[in-house]
Amino acid sequence: MSVLLLLEQRGTLRQCAFEAASVARDIARGAGMELNAVYIGQSLGDETPALAGFGIGKVFAYENEALRYYSNDAYVGIVESLVKELDAKVVIGSATALGKELCASVAGRLGVELIQDCVGLSWNGGLKATKPLYAGKVLSDVEVLTAPAMASLRPNVAAVVREGDAAPEVVTRPMPEVSLRTVLKEVAEAAAGVVELSEAKIVVSGGRGIGGPEHWPVLQELCDVLGAALGASRAAVDAGWIEHSHQVGQTGKVVGPDLYVACGISGAIQHQAGMRTSKIIVAINKDPDAPVFKICDYGIVGDLFEVVPLLTKELGQTLGR
Amino acid sequence: MKVAVLVKRVPDTASELKVADDGKSVVTANLKYVMSPYDEHAVEQGMKLKEANGAEVVVVSVGPPETKEIIRSALAMGADSAILVNVGSATPTSTDVARLLAAALAQVSADVILAGKQAVDDDAAQVPERVAEILGVPHVSVITRFELNGSAVTVDREIEGGHYTFEVSLPALLTAQKGLNTPRYPTLPNIMKAKKKEIKEMSPADLGVTLDAPAERLRVHSVYVPRQQRLCKVLSGDVGQQVNELVKVLREEEKVL
Repeated sequence: MSVLLLLEQRGTLRQCAFEAASVARDIARGAGMELNAVYIGQSLGDETPALAGFGIGKVFAYENEALRYYSNDAYVGIVESLVKELDAKVVIGSATALGKELCASVAGRLGVELIQDCVGLSWNGGLKATKPLYAGKVLSDVEVLTAPAMASLRPNVAAVVREGDAAPEVVTRPMPEVSLRTVLKEVAEAAAGVVELSEAKIVVSGGRGIGGPEHWPVLQELCDVLGAALGASRAAVDAGWIEHSHQVGQTGKVVGPDLYVACGISGAIQHQAGMRTSKIIVAINKDPDAPVFKICDYGIVGDLFEVVPLLTKELGQTLGR
Repeated sequence: MKVAVLVKRVPDTASELKVADDGKSVVTANLKYVMSPYDEHAVEQGMKLKEANGAEVVVVSVGPPETKEIIRSALAMGADSAILVNVGSATPTSTDVARLLAAALAQVSADVILAGKQAVDDDAAQVPERVAEILGVPHVSVITRFELNGSAVTVDREIEGGHYTFEVSLPALLTAQKGLNTPRYPTLPNIMKAKKKEIKEMSPADLGVTLDAPAERLRVHSVYVPRQQRLCKVLSGDVGQQVNELVKVLREEEKVL
């Protein structure tokens, strides 16, 4: 009986892997089970020390150049066989774009239950998950009763906590033979320095009040000063002013940054669902009756084209950027 | 060519939700229901294959009898026929929904199976992947581009800050993300035509599927609305003063800068 942690990598281990490791350690401790991890990628290399302090006994490292990028056929088979080999009773992954697909496929193959995108995970006689429903309009506390019980943890909700400096033993494994039905043709990754919306500490979003795609630079300049990611409301996306990958809301991304600045966004309920877990919400809108003022911490009633440039200038001076 | 599109009936995203008296579910009475928005993109992709390749498009859904209204809107977009696995008021687990869909799909023999990347009610984000596993077909989730070349498709799969381009051999299952296309609005003639199209209704028993008791696989302890007190403090003074005060509180009191 053991807990298996799926370590997410994108060339190197991602922050969410350490967040999941912190949570998995506490679950394994609560359940009185050992914790093991699986790494699937090109090479774990010198990253083993970074995995110290999470109570991981063994890291099973499946290393191969062909495993550098996600391959459903290859990854799912590895996790499935390892779950069986280790008699894992709990499997914890990360609720990233690829992590969710991996968990869903593994759960499907094993015929067990899985809770995706959890904002809380603990052991209380069983695996208990706090799961947002309707993009977070409601939360559900649910226990997974199948063996293994599976869950994926939303990035940015758990702290990385290392205890001690015991590093795991690395067990290197060759890539199993598998026929790939999906073939990777091309990789397009964001340019260095671009802040990804769902992982950003600060998000600046624009809505209908932006008035047209030609006005994004006004918000982008604020983003640059803050090191923030640019978000948008559904209204702005549906108007064709910006790509859907920027959309925050029930049919877009769910974000939980330290600071969320809503500019020219009325605050429709479907938008709220995507940003309500932000630590601090600032609203800038010229309509004093906009619903966004009821869900914000600080509001400025005014024309965003007047307020935002001033804010950018003031922050630039204060933060020295 | 045959295309199957999986759709789900969900509450409109504009819905305000209330927790039921049992504290373990959401009040569903009086809610307006729609097709899950990502599913609309899946249906649209089916329509594109119908127009370009003469594909026959079959809509498949699992849900209560009222799901027929949502299926009608997919038929009005242009789908040819539909299968509804009627589960009455039951709320099967993702595992069971996938088993039912897979059993229904076994009767369709589709070359391409399309679905939304997730349903916007339970956000379970796993049913299509489970269906692919049961059927033993390859799949790619969260696609923003679909291009058919002979017996394979090329798709862009969204990741954080970019995408991977995959080539998948058919038959395959693909899940749609916003950005894949722009779903069409049904025209009046198509709405009229949709009324005459066949919706084949089946029960789990018809498909030879016995549902597990959900309570033996998942135990819901509570459902609740997250409460977070917001300050709702509207700043005063002229614009300069407001901006000045905002920067000050964000730095000194909230310490988020």
